[in-house]
Amino acid sequence: MGMTMTQKILAAHAGLKEVKAGQFIEAELDIVLGNDVTTPVAIKEFKKMGATSVYDKNKVVIVPDHFTPNKDIKAAEQCKMVREFSVDMDIENYFEVGQMGIEHCLLPEKGLVVAGDVIIGADSHTCTYGALGAFSTGIGSTDMAAGMARGKAWFKVPGAIKFELVGKPKKWVSGKDIILHIIGMIGVDGALYKSMEFVGEGFENLSMDDRFAMANMAIEAGAKNGIFMVDEKTIKYIKAHSKKEYSLYNPDKDAEYDETYVIDLSTIRPTVAFPHLPDNTRTIDEVGEVKIDQVVIGSCTNGRMEDMRIAAEILKDKKVAKNLRVIIFPGTQNIYLQCIKEGIAEIFVKAGAVFSTPTCGPCLGGHMGILAPGERAIATTNRNFVGRMGHPESEVYLSGPAVAAASALTGYITNPEKI
Amino acid sequence: MITKGKVFKYGNNVDTDVIIPARYLNTSDPDELAKHCMEDIDKDFAKKVQEGDIIVANKNFGCGSSREHAPIAIKASGISCVIASTYARIFYRNAFNTGLPILECQEASEKIKNGDEVEINFITGEIKNITSNEVYHAQPFPEFIQKVIDSDGLVNYVKSNL
Ligand code: SF4
Repeated sequence: MGMTMTQKILAAHAGLKEVKAGQFIEAELDIVLGNDVTTPVAIKEFKKMGATSVYDKNKVVIVPDHFTPNKDIKAAEQCKMVREFSVDMDIENYFEVGQMGIEHCLLPEKGLVVAGDVIIGADSHTCTYGALGAFSTGIGSTDMAAGMARGKAWFKVPGAIKFELVGKPKKWVSGKDIILHIIGMIGVDGALYKSMEFVGEGFENLSMDDRFAMANMAIEAGAKNGIFMVDEKTIKYIKAHSKKEYSLYNPDKDAEYDETYVIDLSTIRPTVAFPHLPDNTRTIDEVGEVKIDQVVIGSCTNGRMEDMRIAAEILKDKKVAKNLRVIIFPGTQNIYLQCIKEGIAEIFVKAGAVFSTPTCGPCLGGHMGILAPGERAIATTNRNFVGRMGHPESEVYLSGPAVAAASALTGYITNPEKI
Repeated sequence: MITKGKVFKYGNNVDTDVIIPARYLNTSDPDELAKHCMEDIDKDFAKKVQEGDIIVANKNFGCGSSREHAPIAIKASGISCVIASTYARIFYRNAFNTGLPILECQEASEKIKNGDEVEINFITGEIKNITSNEVYHAQPFPEFIQKVIDSDGLVNYVKSNL
């Protein structure tokens, strides 16, 4: 029987000719990732295991991004522990403030992850790298510890749902709108255990940044991973960023999928997820009048260059609405610099927005934009759970960069077509 | 390896907050956690449970947070195995990694009732319901998952395999 893309990558990394859904395997790891929240716990487990060195100092990546630049003393202690560990283990890819970015924007940009890789990360949005045709998934701290020690992880081979993308998205519709649409359709446990595999000629109409945003939110449908087929755009991206060798794994013609959805990208509307789950979606036409107190543009979902450009296109020569806070945080230092070069930083500041250094910041209610009780934000982040951006009685609405930027001008959730 | 015990039966979406409420997460001591295991869904669980007993539930067992305290609490309470029709995937990993045996079996999860006496053979995946005299089949653990469980979790497994 044929295999899916995910199954082929896993088989190759387990030294097997074939794997089937449900089978347990042990796979070799190309990258093991951790951040300032999960790595401290993993370091403790790593020591309990009796490990004294990491399996490959070039394959462990540590990015302190959640509470950095250090938010408070506790965060500073966590970061200190992670920094010392990185020095002790001689870890090549530890990214200090000044070089660091939001991990899932940073790793592809630094060329650390490429097509055909198997990647685990102690962060649930590690699934982002599926955009490059890699198998990439989030795990717990004990798994990270074992991965650092042995360079291997066990997996149960997932079944898959096929998303056949056709057509071309309209103006102001980005990868975020498409993935919100899909999650709204299948639900937050719609892809439990499974791979979401994105194929079909329509995916070639999506930019790499669109694909990163979509793979990023596979976890919000309960999926183990999301993965895109590789086309010329992917290869161009990989070659521009990485010297690593990549491998291509296309799904077999007779690969078995549990379900198949055909998605016509030309019919998707700008989409918003209402509180408190990412599957509580409405199209922009159904939103009604929702007043907001804060706009957040950034995160590992939508903190990339294209997101910044879309926001700038809408905010250019305009002012943000009165009594509204608009916070924009790019994903990496490179994106930050590019925004300066293209004049985008100036557009944001002149419009009256905050333009911040890269950090997870408000996305997880960490710092840099916490909500008070009763306040509402529209954000290009990925989770709108109770209390995600601050007080449990605050609300987060999720959207793509165009809707968020349009809303910044009015103070209400706004259709960018009407600006 | 064979285990036998009495069944505690629950429904769909048993989340990590009912398995071990967040208010008890200020410790990671297994025995302390076990005292509050399942407290918010079955307040006498900790008093009634005996060494070897089995939890059976329906779909999406262990959904919610990634806290490893959940499988640790279940294991420390004396439960020898959890059977469910499906698991949330991070719980699934964490269970094996902390040395708690879990099986997936739709039929067992539908047919087994609260209080039934059940015997499980981990090598063959056979689940015998002694009370109703029925047999169900789950996929047995592959060899290395069995090794992880036998080593009492991933930390010890890695320790002996470095
Ligand atoms: S930006 Fe948000 S979702 Fe992404 S890694 Fe940071 S906290 Fe997690």
